[in-house]
Amino acid sequence: MTGLIMNERDIVVPGEKIASGMDYLPGNGTFREGEDIYSSQLGLVGVNGRFVKVIPLTGKYTPREGDIVVGKVVDVGFGMWNVDIGSAYSAILNMRETSEFIDRGADLSHYYDFNDVVIAQVTKVVRYKDVNLTMKGQGLRKVKGGKIIDVTPSKVPRIIGKQGSMIKMIKEGTGCNIVVGQNGKVWIKGERIEDEVKATEVILKIEQESHTQGLTDTIKNILEGKGK
Amino acid sequence: MSYTKRDDGRKFDELRKIKAKVGVVKRADGSAMFQMGDTIAIASVYGPRELHPRFLQNPERGVLRCNYDMASFSVTERKKPGPSRRSTEISLVTEKALASVIDLDLFPNTVIDVFIEIIQANAGTRCAGISAAAMALAHAGIPMRDMVAAVSVGKVGDKIVLDLDKEEEDFEEGATDIPVAMTARKREITLLQLDGEVTKDELMEAIKMARKGCEEIYKIQVKTLKEIYKNG
Repeated sequence: MTGLIMNERDIVVPGEKIASGMDYLPGNGTFREGEDIYSSQLGLVGVNGRFVKVIPLTGKYTPREGDIVVGKVVDVGFGMWNVDIGSAYSAILNMRETSEFIDRGADLSHYYDFNDVVIAQVTKVVRYKDVNLTMKGQGLRKVKGGKIIDVTPSKVPRIIGKQGSMIKMIKEGTGCNIVVGQNGKVWIKGERIEDEVKATEVILKIEQESHTQGLTDTIKNILEGKGK
Repeated sequence: MSYTKRDDGRKFDELRKIKAKVGVVKRADGSAMFQMGDTIAIASVYGPRELHPRFLQNPERGVLRCNYDMASFSVTERKKPGPSRRSTEISLVTEKALASVIDLDLFPNTVIDVFIEIIQANAGTRCAGISAAAMALAHAGIPMRDMVAAVSVGKVGDKIVLDLDKEEEDFEEGATDIPVAMTARKREITLLQLDGEVTKDELMEAIKMARKGCEEIYKIQVKTLKEIYKNG
């Protein structure tokens, strides 16, 4: 039997056969063995033309160029910082990539210190090991206060919504300042603690029920129902 | 007197009652609980993450670190907590049983930590641990070529039986315990230990029986993993 064995959006576990025959090509999260294509991750089957891939439902963040991420400074080195962005390897933020000019020999911890939270952009990824960040760009900055929550990176598009509709609704509904990093780290800061708590609740609810339909209405009801 | 009927009324090729759950440890990247009869194992996976100290890093492939531990209250007589000769050995064989299916070369210089905690023991703990760890690894989103399921087989008296419990392991006339771990798709054996005496034919029969048991366990693993995303 050749062709697809699993349908699109079916859940597969590692080692499950997705397609057989040379008509299909293995994409991300899959591998070919002999004539057949198998899944290598727990996730949803995606078919794009001849390409078969698995969209992971869990797992660490895989950095991609251009992503906006929320990270935490874990090391201050010579001319650079190490930033934890929730992937398997920590990212590097070079001294030259900051928004302001820094003199040679300056104390770098004066600009970004341990445990500072930064919103940065991924500029270069070499085989998802060496990840470089930049702070040059609109909205990229060090943030103060607030809290960070972790969500599964694959659920981030759902939290943002189409053209940012979902996140806009949460921001307006709670009055919080929210930044959703592509790495699944969400920074929330509100005027009052209650606002932050509510925003957290809503975002975690979206993460849990990301696969259900009519989620926008559910969230809308929560935001309006509780926030009288 | 030979062993004609099992104490708990099971057939000779029947597994104990299995319960499995995924996502039991909240702070872990992936976790799973696997229960066979009265044996309960909890596995949690952390990583891939950077490995420190750095001299342990391997620039060509990731490192898999397994840690098997029995809780002091897991057995009838209190077990002294902490690592022992036995737990070190089981950690090592678990590591080798799992390493062959994980795509470790995707993550050089990193470590994947697997912690297996036995909270209740009634024989077959290493098998329950491996089955739980395989599910936890899949739940952590780690790329794997295959799933691993493990079960113990053995000879009790003169009968070959599947999934021994503690009473059978301590059978007066002698019992042989053979833990077997197998990959699901290719049916390759990744763990085979033997404690006792068997003939070659008996061993072959036991492995055949283990294969059947592993297939059943695999089905439960798949069902449990898929269930977490099916609600609603």
